[in-house]
Amino acid sequence: MNTLATHAPHDEANAPDNSVVALGFWIFLLSDLVLFLLLLTSYLALLPNTGSGPGPTALFDLSRTALQTGALLLSSLTCGLATLALGEARRRALLGWLIATALFGVAFIGLELAEFSGLLARGAAPQASGFLSAYWLLVSTHGVHVSAGLVWIVVLAAQIGLRGLTPRIVSRFTRFALFWHMLDVVWIGIYSFVYLYGSLP
Amino acid sequence: MFGRLGVDALPFYSGIAAGGALVTVLGALAIAALLTRYRKWGVLWRDWLTSCDHKKIGIMYIVIALVMLLRGFIDAAMMRAQQAMALDSGGYLPAEHFAQIFSSHGTIMIFFVAMPFLTGLINFVVPLQLGKRDMTYPFLNLASLALTAAGAGLMLLSLALGRFSTAGWTGYPPYSELGFSPGVGVDYWIWATMLAGVGSTLSGVNFIATILFERAPGMTLMRMPMFSWTALCASILMVFAFPGLTVATLMLALDRAFDFQFFSNGLGNPMLYINLFWIWGHPEVYILILPAFGVFSEVVATFSRKTLFGYPSMVYATAAIALLSFGVWLHHFFTMGASANVNAAFGIATMVIAIPTGVKVYDWLFTMHRGRIEFHSSMLWAMAFMVTFVIGGMTGVMLAIPPIDYLVHNTAFLVAHFHNMLIPGALFGYFAGYAYWFPKAFGFTLDERWGKRAVGFWVAGFWLAFMPLYALGFLGMPRRMEQYSDPAWQPLLIVAAVGAGLIACGIASQIVQLVVSIRRRAALRDTTGDPWDGRTLEWATASPPPPWNFAATPVVHGLDAYAAIKAGRAPADTLPLTDIELPRNTPLGVAVLGLSFLFGFAMIWWIWWLAVLAGLGLLGVILLRAFDDHPEKTVSAAELARDDDTTLAEGRA
Repeated sequence: MNTLATHAPHDEANAPDNSVVALGFWIFLLSDLVLFLLLLTSYLALLPNTGSGPGPTALFDLSRTALQTGALLLSSLTCGLATLALGEARRRALLGWLIATALFGVAFIGLELAEFSGLLARGAAPQASGFLSAYWLLVSTHGVHVSAGLVWIVVLAAQIGLRGLTPRIVSRFTRFALFWHMLDVVWIGIYSFVYLYGSLP
Repeated sequence: MFGRLGVDALPFYSGIAAGGALVTVLGALAIAALLTRYRKWGVLWRDWLTSCDHKKIGIMYIVIALVMLLRGFIDAAMMRAQQAMALDSGGYLPAEHFAQIFSSHGTIMIFFVAMPFLTGLINFVVPLQLGKRDMTYPFLNLASLALTAAGAGLMLLSLALGRFSTAGWTGYPPYSELGFSPGVGVDYWIWATMLAGVGSTLSGVNFIATILFERAPGMTLMRMPMFSWTALCASILMVFAFPGLTVATLMLALDRAFDFQFFSNGLGNPMLYINLFWIWGHPEVYILILPAFGVFSEVVATFSRKTLFGYPSMVYATAAIALLSFGVWLHHFFTMGASANVNAAFGIATMVIAIPTGVKVYDWLFTMHRGRIEFHSSMLWAMAFMVTFVIGGMTGVMLAIPPIDYLVHNTAFLVAHFHNMLIPGALFGYFAGYAYWFPKAFGFTLDERWGKRAVGFWVAGFWLAFMPLYALGFLGMPRRMEQYSDPAWQPLLIVAAVGAGLIACGIASQIVQLVVSIRRRAALRDTTGDPWDGRTLEWATASPPPPWNFAATPVVHGLDAYAAIKAGRAPADTLPLTDIELPRNTPLGVAVLGLSFLFGFAMIWWIWWLAVLAGLGLLGVILLRAFDDHPEKTVSAAELARDDDTTLAEGRA
């Protein structure tokens, strides 16, 4: 026999290896980040194309978006606390922090919908100008991602409740946490380049 | 209820269009009849459509590519015939139909021939080369295939229901906006490419995870076979470039369906689309070409009986090409009118790409130098590539000079140039890979006589079909002409049509080759698993390989791992046999195919309720998969040992 007994064969031969699965998810997130980067760049390119419609200074309400930012940052904090609870295998604490994360996420989406309906009421629909098309696509793509994250939380919570912390579910939670933190990073980009920059006189 | 879909969608507006639709429908019926006649539905379902095995998925990708190649080539032949006869006359194709054909030709060849072909080769070969059992995400792999197949299905459907886009394969606005292109043509183009593009993005993620994080022990990055290196670089491009296409087509779809203003005249900016499109489009060229370079590297080394010359330089050249490919997109539209400095920067960056590409060509030449060359048909593809491709490379450097580009922009010169890159540079590589790895996939080699005939016809046909287009470009002939009035063009166009005829003979030879090989499979059987005296790990297992590829994971000690073992320079080490887990079959891949096809169909015809239902269905598939606790099955070490009769097993015994 010429086999090498020194290796740890079980880990290397068996699929799926959860750390590799998480590393692969990073790559997907990078692709998603490129998508947001292109949407943001397109927004900046179309910023002058307001036509006869309203421009950014007339539209954005910084205090509401500051609240949104706060909600999303807090949700990232609770998501981090959930990861800590997972590390100590405290299932109920994990579920609690997950639900807190979801609540902050729902608050974020609620504020975003309020902003959208306000924009529609003032005639700032995506059809009004190239600038508004780009604004709506960028911000709502982020919103759709957050909503998908909320669905993901529901599924995760159900699975943790029903089946406990199996390796498969733990791996899924790890990937969810990566996804959720990335959405925070994207939002900081949106907040800086769309809302703060757009509100400059 | 049915959006824009009505009886007028049927293709009775022209006899030729109705004929195309009839061929498509009859082809589908004939396949269904054959499957029923030979009772193969069960086999198709159990062994193929529900399998997460990377080898099966790879083969299915290549089947899609070959079928679509026929469709794409018929388009090409129709265009050549039209242009050969359309001097001062309408030829036989109305202008609108001609425009549909050049649009679908480009779309099919890029998205549904080249992409599935290279994705199929990567799928089939890379885990074997890396000593792996499967991709990191086997189900995601099946889902990517389903998305590509759904896009291909929409392309085929566009023949029978409604009309295809007339906006070219690039779909530039404002022409592709609803005001100038009413109807569903551009929407077919958008959703077919979008589905396939999302599939490619996910494939790229899968390939990178597999290649970077899961190789056999001892296989460091600089010991990876060259094909796996090119697969890695192409996958990185897929992951980072395809979002550009997704964003561009999504915006165009929003413009068309919901009256957004991204690219409209006045309120939007059409040049934004063109930038986004080529931010994807230029790396896409290298996504197509790099894996073919990888095939050539394997084929040239194997059939020269030498290790690849300058392996590290080949790796660095591949990586350099991948990196540079993101910095040159503007050369597709120098005539946009950017400042001279911008154009010069992009022109120089473009020319710089020729340097690593030249390094590669010299590496292949030096690999052949003093080798004992065997003129196998895959080697002939490689040699034809080297001679032909460098001409395309040089015309590329010409086009990279902005003043020259202004002169020949959108002429037949450009058409000649990019076909000169993609036919030898990509397609010949895929054909070489097809001939080279066919015995690994099926356990018997392809008939060589017909294989060599195919090479001869294709190469001669390529030269006759495309060299005249360089001259036509200098004569000022714009691309995409349905008719013309300059008699100087016609002789060259007739030569080009003859070239297309020769290529038709090449394709016919390939079909005959496949049929002959299947009939003579007993005589062509390869029982060794290594018919070419190969150098890399895929040849160390049986042909076709068992579902687990290697009973025991091989341990790698250097470059050309299997050649080293055969020469006695390295021990045939493996890890000990253990129980392993393999992905179970799942019907969910077919569900993704059906639902994403329905989703695309609904978005094309504006049947919003169906789009919502199909979208919810896709969400349901994800949930079903998430709640499946046993997507894998265990294969015991005893079972692995029983079936293992490979070289590596002999080494172990």
